[in-house]
Amino acid sequence: MKQLSALVKRNTKLYFRDKGMFFTSLITPLILLVLYGTFLGNIYEDTFRGALQAAGASVPDGLIGGCVGGELASSLLAVCCVTVAFCSNVLMVQDKVSGARRDLTVAPVRRGTLALGYYIANLLSTLLVCYGAVAVCLLYLSRVGWYLTGTDVALLLLDVLLLVLFGCALSSVIHFFLSTQGQISAVGTVVSAGYGFLCGAYMPISQFSDGLQKAISLLPGTYGTSLLRNHCLRGVFQEMGNQGFPAEIVEAIRDSVDCNLYFFGDKVETGAMYLALGGAVILLVALYVLLNLLRGRKEK
Amino acid sequence: MDTIIEIDHLSKSFGDIRAVQDLSFQVREGELFAFLGVNGAGKSTTINILCGQLAKDGGSVRICGADPDREADRVKRSLGVVFQTSVLDKSLSVRDNLESRAALYGITGKAFSRRLEELSGLLELDDLLKRTVGKLSGGQRRRIDIARALLHQPRILILDEPTTGLDPQTRKLLWDAVSRMRREKSMTVFLTTHYMEEAADADYVVILDSGRIAAQGTPLTLKNTYTGDFITLYGMTEEQVRGLGHPYEAIRDAYRVSVPDTAAATGLIVRNPEVFRDYEITKGRMDDVFLAVTGKKLTGGAGK
Repeated sequence: MKQLSALVKRNTKLYFRDKGMFFTSLITPLILLVLYGTFLGNIYEDTFRGALQAAGASVPDGLIGGCVGGELASSLLAVCCVTVAFCSNVLMVQDKVSGARRDLTVAPVRRGTLALGYYIANLLSTLLVCYGAVAVCLLYLSRVGWYLTGTDVALLLLDVLLLVLFGCALSSVIHFFLSTQGQISAVGTVVSAGYGFLCGAYMPISQFSDGLQKAISLLPGTYGTSLLRNHCLRGVFQEMGNQGFPAEIVEAIRDSVDCNLYFFGDKVETGAMYLALGGAVILLVALYVLLNLLRGRKEK
Repeated sequence: MDTIIEIDHLSKSFGDIRAVQDLSFQVREGELFAFLGVNGAGKSTTINILCGQLAKDGGSVRICGADPDREADRVKRSLGVVFQTSVLDKSLSVRDNLESRAALYGITGKAFSRRLEELSGLLELDDLLKRTVGKLSGGQRRRIDIARALLHQPRILILDEPTTGLDPQTRKLLWDAVSRMRREKSMTVFLTTHYMEEAADADYVVILDSGRIAAQGTPLTLKNTYTGDFITLYGMTEEQVRGLGHPYEAIRDAYRVSVPDTAAATGLIVRNPEVFRDYEITKGRMDDVFLAVTGKKLTGGAGK
């Protein structure tokens, strides 16, 4: 236990002390903020306003603000949970590159303890950053249009936890195979550039082609984004209903912002989304444990 | 003295490359053991096997009576390792580094503070503890590496080229600390080095060449076996030296005459008392031994 807590403390400290690693992990969320600040926010605002006005409804600014803000917050958190996990977990590979791993393994530390140390530290670091991001997002929503209940916020926190668990497990499995600086950079670039699109943060999945939508529906991370969307925007849609907006219009908006996801044509309910994401976490953690066991045996 | 490391017919290959071939030697408790060879001779492979970082292909290894494959924890607790390059965390402070590594051996809280105090005294670390490792000089970092290796008071200290690139003052400080540990705790030191003067101080030397033992023995045995003696003559003319009938070379203010051994030197002096008025007899150096055994020079981190 002493060994595990020492490893977790060391790994977490290293993430926050290594400015390069820390700021790199914030690049993708920052890109997203820039995109929203420069044009995506306006596009979404115009789209919502246009769709609602076309249906003959007058739209209060607070509701539009809540809608665009919810979209931004959910996108930001969806990206944060996975990209920060990947960047923070780079330590696992950097230790191999720098030789620190050898220094750790000349001590009487079991391979499993070492692996768990990386996973828990990655989880803690990512949760700290992501819950910080949640606080900023909630503050932002309170300024542009607050429609959340306590339950929404609690569920939002749960979604972030699940998505962080998923990001940490996925990055642990992928980083397990890496051993050079070049590989770290390659994976970092692909994840930073690609994940925002794949999870529907930069652009709603509903706007992709049918084939791509079907392919993306196979990725568990997609359901994490949708859960965040649902909990960030639930109050907004309820308010739209209260103000007498036609249910079809609200449903169409829910479709357009990925609150509703379809798995080969069938609508995926929230419970199923939790199941998909939770199942993926369990599967990936089991795979990570298995990989460590197999490597341990191979080295013996 | 008891045997503390016992290696018997050890072998390890990487594909077609036979890194270590049928290696057998013993290290006695408390001795300074020098393990020499050019880069690629098999030193690091052997060390990695000793530390449990690498699996062997054949043969047996016993450290403090235990098999590293079966009793890895026991063996690891008895070993302290200083790697060729510093492997501590550069973003963390010296204290944080040592604290995190000590905890891996179960040394925490007051026990850690006590040990840190002892090591600070031994290696003069007081001013460095709060500083970030990445901002330390090479010599300062090496002192921290040694402190890290000594945290758990190992019975065997493995030093893999510990003084390469260090200034003489830091080298002296490190060797003084290691010597003190050897003296007070009977700690065994397993050393690889490119500095032959360090190897000359060893109790026993093994020279590796292409994964095999090329020579082994005490420095004196090796010098007697592989090199002759040298007589340095002062205040003589070249004609007088030539008259001795032995190979010689002119140095700045003297001539250096090669003789097969000390007995031959004595015979020469007895036969030519008029020539030997101001002279000294020296054994061959470890550099000469290494060159004679491997045909290579061991200088500055590479064989030539």
